[in-house]
Amino acid sequence: MQAFAQLLESGRAGPCRPFPRAQVSAEQWTTLAEHLAAGDLVLMGLWGDAGAVHMALLDEASGRLAVATCASVGGAFPSVARHHPPAARLERTVRDLYGLVPEGAPDDRPWLDHGRWGVRHPLGANLPAEPEGDAYPFLAAEGEGLHQIPVGPVHAGIIEPGHFRFSCYGETVVRLEARLGYVHKGIEGLMAGADVAQAARLAGRQSGDSTVAYALAFCRAVEAARGVSVPARAHALRGVMAELERLANHLGDIGAICNDAAFALMLAHCGVLREKVLRVCARAFGHRLMMDGVIPGGVAGDLAREGVSSIRVLVSEVRAAFPALVELYDNTASLQDRTVGTGFTRPDYVRQFGAGGFVGRASGRPFDARRVLAYPPYDRLPFEVVVRTEGDVNARVWVRIREVEESLGLIVRLLDTLPAGPVATEVPPGPGEGLAVVEGFRGDVLAFVALEADGRVRRAHLRDPSWFQWPLLETAIEGNIVADFPLCNKSFNCSYSGVDL
Amino acid sequence: MRKLLLQGLLKAPLTEPAPEDVAVDKLAAELNAAARARLGRSLSIREVDAGSCNGCELEIHALGNAFYDLERFGLHVVASPRHADVLLVTGPVAKTMAEALKRTYDATPAPKWVVAAGDCAINGGVFAGGYACAGGVEAIVPVDLRIPGCPPTPVALLTGLLALLRAGRG
Repeated sequence: MQAFAQLLESGRAGPCRPFPRAQVSAEQWTTLAEHLAAGDLVLMGLWGDAGAVHMALLDEASGRLAVATCASVGGAFPSVARHHPPAARLERTVRDLYGLVPEGAPDDRPWLDHGRWGVRHPLGANLPAEPEGDAYPFLAAEGEGLHQIPVGPVHAGIIEPGHFRFSCYGETVVRLEARLGYVHKGIEGLMAGADVAQAARLAGRQSGDSTVAYALAFCRAVEAARGVSVPARAHALRGVMAELERLANHLGDIGAICNDAAFALMLAHCGVLREKVLRVCARAFGHRLMMDGVIPGGVAGDLAREGVSSIRVLVSEVRAAFPALVELYDNTASLQDRTVGTGFTRPDYVRQFGAGGFVGRASGRPFDARRVLAYPPYDRLPFEVVVRTEGDVNARVWVRIREVEESLGLIVRLLDTLPAGPVATEVPPGPGEGLAVVEGFRGDVLAFVALEADGRVRRAHLRDPSWFQWPLLETAIEGNIVADFPLCNKSFNCSYSGVDL
Repeated sequence: MRKLLLQGLLKAPLTEPAPEDVAVDKLAAELNAAARARLGRSLSIREVDAGSCNGCELEIHALGNAFYDLERFGLHVVASPRHADVLLVTGPVAKTMAEALKRTYDATPAPKWVVAAGDCAINGGVFAGGYACAGGVEAIVPVDLRIPGCPPTPVALLTGLLALLRAGRG
């Protein structure tokens, strides 16, 4: 781990705040990749830049995070995925967007680029290309009696688009491969050159269900870059918003997972609670999903006294109604029959991929950015990081159930100790570089931002937790029946928009 | 479970009255003459996410909860465009989704209507101008009704869909 210690040391004088970043040689880069493969470090992100590639690395034991930067030579850089498969889709993305080639990469298929944009390498050379569409070679599954089921990109439900290719033996899934990229909006291209206020609005729309987490990650990165400290009341209000977002999503997920096991009663009741949360969000923060509520320097509006009391009423309503639903979930044998043992996700895969959120915590990985990389207001609040070890759909439901209860407790504590004072401070335009990690409802969102001298964004990258969860869904469904895919998929609830950028 | 079901029977429903008639009439009036062909008293809706951030999907989902109860109006979300009267399209139309949207439209039997739901679907919203988006649903398929918002609230969505129904009856 000498290579990581060196990176921490040389990065301290680097441009990035508050986490160190340093240039490394190709040899050091590969040494770090080998440490990833050995399980000494966790890959937190890998993204391209002009003529360089960045890689965020976490030493989980010490909670230290650093970014290594490798300059490309002749448009290429040494592949990390060659040693550590979780980097594969990130490297394919770097190649699609920047044209930088990961040398020795095990998979040279494009990822986000479906050959439809009319350009190649839009953030790099930006060469015009005929928008014809490319055929995509799916990974093979061979054997007598195997058949394929193609699903998507347009699905039967109200969900995001993506293509799933199932190879099956009868009803049993032998291999699943996802092809994503259908909702690529070019967010990173739109962010480059934008002012921080506009870029924050874009960040808040990379994955709408996590708009608070994304805006918070981006704004924290901007504030770190500019050395701005946010007022105490803003920290607390950001915490309230983040926990309300977690609450709404977990309630929605618990209901939807049960609905995918054909138990609609849970969906109906959880749907009512979720709607109540969203209505209180609208009353307290002016928007049902709290979009654009977190802004660089603080929050967009103060929480009025009526807002506080409506949130308190909500908490007591959810606390009154939720236990009966938990009991219903736990005591319905036909439902348990579907969720227990289904979609098992291996703990070693979770560790290897550094999967966060309920996917990681349901398979024994106790990572929560609010704890391991503690940031305000969580650094002063007691809460339990909920961990289960069974790794099945049931465990992912239970992590959510317990996190609903934790979030309710956090909201009450935040409201009880709400500091007085301003809710925002000005972020003076200027140069800088910042990195932030924030715990959204589905896991850790990483944000990197580099600002120009005039304060505009030079480069911004937001890494969704789903990057390290989607590949595990493919392992979780293996050996399960096709009919259990919606159940497994909903229990992961990965973001399409979040990873499609 | 028995207790929960019993409560459901005994307590008053949570479902709220339909949105204001004025708003529905205003939107119904905005629909073009073609959309005024008789649709009957029910509409089948196929939702197509053409590149949204998933915010619109959350609110479309909410239409099914007990407060809005979409189905009481004869509005059904269906699993295939072949069963649909209406395509409810969200997102700025990512170029990668353009063909899928066009093919979904072509698979929908006439008479059919397209609703562009959300600011992105109307003109690309915050994603307009990039290399990766077509800049709204209109760029790919004809649009009959626009429901603004980022995302549109369930009430706004319901108001728009009821306007389609009313136009059909008119």
